[in-house]
Amino acid sequence: MKIAVPVDEKNMETTVCPSFGRSPFFLIYDTESKNATFIDNNAAASQGGSGIKAAQTIVDNQVSALLTPRCGENAAQVIQAANIKIYKTAGNSLQENIDAFMEGKLPVLNEIHPGFHGGRK
Amino acid sequence: MKQLLILSGKGGTGKTTIAAAFIKLAEAKAYADCDVDAPNLHLVAHQASEPARSNFYGMPKAEINADLCVKCDQCRKNCRFDAIEPGEKYKVDPFACEGCGVCEAVCPEGAVSLKPAVAGELMLHVNDSVFSTAQLRMGSGTSGKLVTEVKQQMNSVPIETEIAIIDGSPGIGCPVIASLSGADMVLVVAEPSLSCISDMERIIRTAKIFDMKIGVCVNKFDTNIENTKKIEAFCLEQSIPFTGKVPFDAEAVRAVNNGLSIVDLQCAAGEAVKEVFRETLRVLNG
Amino acid sequence: MKIAVLSGKGGTGKTLVSVNLAAAAKASTYIDCDVEEPNGHLFFKPEKLVNETVAVKIPEVDNLLCNGCRKCIEFCKFNALAYIGDTLLVFEEVCHSCGGCALICPEKALREKEKAIGEIQRGVSGNVKVITGILNTGEASGIPIIKKLLDDMHEGNSKEDKKKNNESGKEFVFIDCPPGSACIVMESIKDVDYCILVAEPTLFGVHNLSMVHELVKLFGKPCGAVLNKCLDGENPAEKYCRENGINILCQIPYENEIGTMNSNALILARENDRYQALFRGLLDAVAKGGAP
Repeated sequence: MKIAVPVDEKNMETTVCPSFGRSPFFLIYDTESKNATFIDNNAAASQGGSGIKAAQTIVDNQVSALLTPRCGENAAQVIQAANIKIYKTAGNSLQENIDAFMEGKLPVLNEIHPGFHGGRK
Repeated sequence: MKQLLILSGKGGTGKTTIAAAFIKLAEAKAYADCDVDAPNLHLVAHQASEPARSNFYGMPKAEINADLCVKCDQCRKNCRFDAIEPGEKYKVDPFACEGCGVCEAVCPEGAVSLKPAVAGELMLHVNDSVFSTAQLRMGSGTSGKLVTEVKQQMNSVPIETEIAIIDGSPGIGCPVIASLSGADMVLVVAEPSLSCISDMERIIRTAKIFDMKIGVCVNKFDTNIENTKKIEAFCLEQSIPFTGKVPFDAEAVRAVNNGLSIVDLQCAAGEAVKEVFRETLRVLNG
Repeated sequence: MKIAVLSGKGGTGKTLVSVNLAAAAKASTYIDCDVEEPNGHLFFKPEKLVNETVAVKIPEVDNLLCNGCRKCIEFCKFNALAYIGDTLLVFEEVCHSCGGCALICPEKALREKEKAIGEIQRGVSGNVKVITGILNTGEASGIPIIKKLLDDMHEGNSKEDKKKNNESGKEFVFIDCPPGSACIVMESIKDVDYCILVAEPTLFGVHNLSMVHELVKLFGKPCGAVLNKCLDGENPAEKYCRENGINILCQIPYENEIGTMNSNALILARENDRYQALFRGLLDAVAKGGAP
């Protein structure tokens, strides 16, 4: 299956990014072939609605699961509409979290936070 | 390194005064002012040198090329924000323009285009400490994105510090939520007024979802003892640590007006804030 | 006479000044444009309430007509749209109601529907007509509410009202503005005759006073300052006003009593003759200083 993780750099030794919507890159990882592809997150530069745009990118990459420390309500709505499961990462090592996921040790992410609604007020 | 965010809900409660005192007491080597609308921390956290400045780009703004414009009025008719001023030369009001791109899309002559617009300025001071701040330009929409960049800027400089202090933005909207992201604890500075109490409750509801430690303190508590008691009771009921109270102190105002923090001289507020700081640290490290 | 009361930062006393001025005048209208955190009504406790919903237009998709071309998503500058499976999702709170997606959809699959973003509450408190704008939590922009609040202000200038004004003296309208100097503040002061800048006597207050002063100058509005919470000793806000030629209309001293009454949502000018005189004096100063 394919999974997605927000990451700080384009390599497997990097850290998981604390923000989903404004993460600089995403890792798209195939758990069977161990193929790793890093893509830019175009949403990072948006004024507002970055969670939605980032989620659209994840959906378009046809992954089955997203591993992230947190997720806003708008992004979560997009991801859940596509039947993608969201798992909560622990600590910031990318590799450790992938390993934990493969061993079924990552919990499902339950606390969705309110959106940032960046932009005007 | 732990990150402590100081929020208030309503403006004017003393958030920045307390943040500045904490920075001194903690000897914090990293701090940031996320109140990008009206940054004040730099007035009491003096820096040895000029900062590195960079532009912050907000939503792009529309511009009309007078040479191509035939005054067909399509742009003004379709603009939902009353941002197009008709006349001899059609012009865009940059304060009203929201950068939606409708005018650009409907113009039959290609005379309208969206151009990048500077919405503010980021400033980064790096000496023996790191101080990140920003100023949003007049007329810009408040931006959670700028707040995020202020924090990223602070985090981008590696420095040894046990605690980083973030002076948050007032209110309950998106810039506040943007400042919550990544913090280990939020300290809410409340003042004992009815309007402040309701704002405090809203922030706490949001902070709870972020899975972080929360503390509450009351500033100028002696202006209304009854309301202060209400706040203490609320904290007890919600199992939120109450980290102390600070009296109104004219000496403190004088200190701030001289660009000092309230722990730089002897005064009642300064002594009280030291207690609040100790309690807050206990919660943060506990 | 339409007067806006503003300050660079929250907590300086904008609401204190605008509420008390409205109460001290013979007959007035108080409009609360701080739609995110309206506080004036807590003081007035208005009666005979009439509520009006304020709505904006939000896109709605007809999934049968939509063919998934995603041109709307490419166009939307606010990222308010997403396409999953064969369904278009609209994020109403992120949408800025620009109407662009409906305009450009090649299949005409997007229609617009009304969505409530807040309300305007009208009531009366003694001699004051109290009009409060309230933005629902989470909504992107309070500007449509302010536009509606102030449209109504113009409507109030009917022939009968003008006649009443000439009989009973000038009718005042006080606009309690949002703090800061963002576009929502600009919207609030657009059509006023005079601006009162409220500042507190601290270094922080001056920095923010200068921003709001710049804003008021940009709009070419005559203005004066009210210095609030004044203590003994040097007042940096006073210094700023003198150095920049801003007329100081009044200095309100810091008094525990004011703080206590305020935090209990009491209107000083109605509770106490001394404060009533203070605000009547300020009203006179404004009427003189800013005659249009």
